[in-house]
Amino acid sequence: MFKYVSRRLAYAIFLLFLLSIVVYLIFGLLPIDPARISCGVHCSPATVLGNRHRLGLDVPLYEQWWRFICGIFAGRTYGDGAAQFTCPAPSLGYSFPHNECVTNVIAGAFPFTLSLAIGAFILWMTIGVSFGIIAARFRGTFIDKAATAFVLIGSSLPTFIVGLLVYIAAFLMHWIDPISQGLWVSPFSDPFGFFKNFIFPWITLALAFAAIYTRLTRGNVIETSSEDFIRTARAKGVSERRILIKHNLRTSLAPLVTNAGLDFGGLLGGAIITESIFQLPGLGMISLKAVLHDYDLPLIMGTTLVAATFIILFNLIVDLAYAYLDPRVRIA
Amino acid sequence: MTIIYLMTAIAEPRKELAQRSPRQIAWMRLKRNKVSMVAAGVALFFVLIAFLAPLVTKIFNVDNTTVYPNVLGDGGVPKGFGGGISWHHPFGLEPGVGRDLFGLLIYGSRISFSIAILTSIAFVAIGLFLGISAAFIGGLLDNTLGRLADFLLAFPTTFMYVALAYPLSLRVEAMGLAHHNGARIIVMVSVLVVFSWPGFFRVVRSQVLSIREKEFILAARTQGASNMRIIFKEILPNLWPLAIVYLSISLPGYLAAEAVFSFLGVGVQAPGSTWGLVLNDATNFWQRDPAYLAIPAGMVIIVVLALNLFGDGLRDALDSKSDR
Repeated sequence: MFKYVSRRLAYAIFLLFLLSIVVYLIFGLLPIDPARISCGVHCSPATVLGNRHRLGLDVPLYEQWWRFICGIFAGRTYGDGAAQFTCPAPSLGYSFPHNECVTNVIAGAFPFTLSLAIGAFILWMTIGVSFGIIAARFRGTFIDKAATAFVLIGSSLPTFIVGLLVYIAAFLMHWIDPISQGLWVSPFSDPFGFFKNFIFPWITLALAFAAIYTRLTRGNVIETSSEDFIRTARAKGVSERRILIKHNLRTSLAPLVTNAGLDFGGLLGGAIITESIFQLPGLGMISLKAVLHDYDLPLIMGTTLVAATFIILFNLIVDLAYAYLDPRVRIA
Repeated sequence: MTIIYLMTAIAEPRKELAQRSPRQIAWMRLKRNKVSMVAAGVALFFVLIAFLAPLVTKIFNVDNTTVYPNVLGDGGVPKGFGGGISWHHPFGLEPGVGRDLFGLLIYGSRISFSIAILTSIAFVAIGLFLGISAAFIGGLLDNTLGRLADFLLAFPTTFMYVALAYPLSLRVEAMGLAHHNGARIIVMVSVLVVFSWPGFFRVVRSQVLSIREKEFILAARTQGASNMRIIFKEILPNLWPLAIVYLSISLPGYLAAEAVFSFLGVGVQAPGSTWGLVLNDATNFWQRDPAYLAIPAGMVIIVVLALNLFGDGLRDALDSKSDR
């Protein structure tokens, strides 16, 4: 087990390293000059050069990358003399439009994304798994057909349309306040306000996932119920209820770990659509704004790397969880 | 009992069934699925309208460029019921600018469908080519492609597109390939394809690996068939169902992706028009002109739902295991 864990961990770190190089290459080779953008409308060539130096863009790309990597571990100092300032570790760069270190901007946005992801995750797992089990239990009946319709509609409606409809419905019923929507409300000091802020984004984000997980659960439960060990349990005289809970679900829900982990990890990088419809300033929203307003390259690179890191991290977690659940994986 | 069984066997010869090709069986199954056939009809209707946009708009005597400022009332909202629905403007008008909504949506659907179809075909073709190559050649190529696929799957696709759309479009424009929305469309298709092929590649690769070990491949080999012949005549026909299913299932996804990107403001730009752009604009007017939001939203929902239903039916029909 230890060997497997260390091998997977090393691979994940290698992947992250490679990812940072590729992200740097892609953005470095693009016809975008952050020094020019950060200097505004009235701009002299000298200011551009000064900015370029301040941002550390006057050195070759590989050196920029190396400074970036060092910045993550040791913090980074920009400019010199009186204009000098430091972004403490882990530094992901400096955002001019925000006038702040990228790490701080991301840290400010992350609570929104995290709350959105966790709430939606709980919602869709509860709905998806229970609908799936019920549909499988009453296979072929009206309930099953209703669940199938839910799966079809839920998984095919584009999220942004669902979001628009939910937003409008909530707005018309005065359940949503466009002004306070973007403000952070701590779930610990004001649980009700927090809930009110996030319930509609949760519903929007969870709908498609709930539909997909209903289908997955239903399929797995039905497939497992034709296994030999279920027949054995039935022959022993175990009650149907106990068969489902003790024998079937344990097998049929295990594969969901993979899906759940990967989907959750993907969301932690920011749910651009839901966040922008509900004006939640999470990671997705700030990177969209960074793209649309003044192409804030350091921030975009930072959020892209953070999003990719979460995907890799949750890939790793899923692999390890699977190795724990299924010993066959470790040996392979 | 046995006699009755024999008699029915004689009365209904099963010979006919045995002679049907897999394609005929799939078609027969699909035809029996009423919902899928209706969905296919609806989807086909929209695709046809999209590609015959100039003709259709001519019949209705509208287009997507003429502005009708005199139909607009206070604050740029069209006068009359449902955002100015009338004989001349079947879907009403676009608030603010005052173009005909029917013309906008029809020309818009042409862009949306083109992007979705191009992306789907491209990623399926690339996935097939690379998947077969990896499984057949193996070794270093297989390893490299596998790692590359893993790596690409670690990228957040939506994020990457949002981040790269603008600078890459600049690059495409600088290369002189296309301009403005043309460049945006090229970038959108390319980015979507780059991050979509790995998933399909993996499926194709594993399929080819298992097909390669089947007896009929061995039989072909003993008869002296070349690798090329085995790939094109023995393996590829077995992959078509998979490719078709992936194609049809991914199509609505890309249609929605185009709408989302344009909706977020990083896709096709005004004065071009796609469903996503119209919906984006509609969010500014929905309180005063709800029809302007409802009509394009309804269209997207109908098309995406129809394509999904059809894709599901197609998957059931082509799946040799589902014997109903």
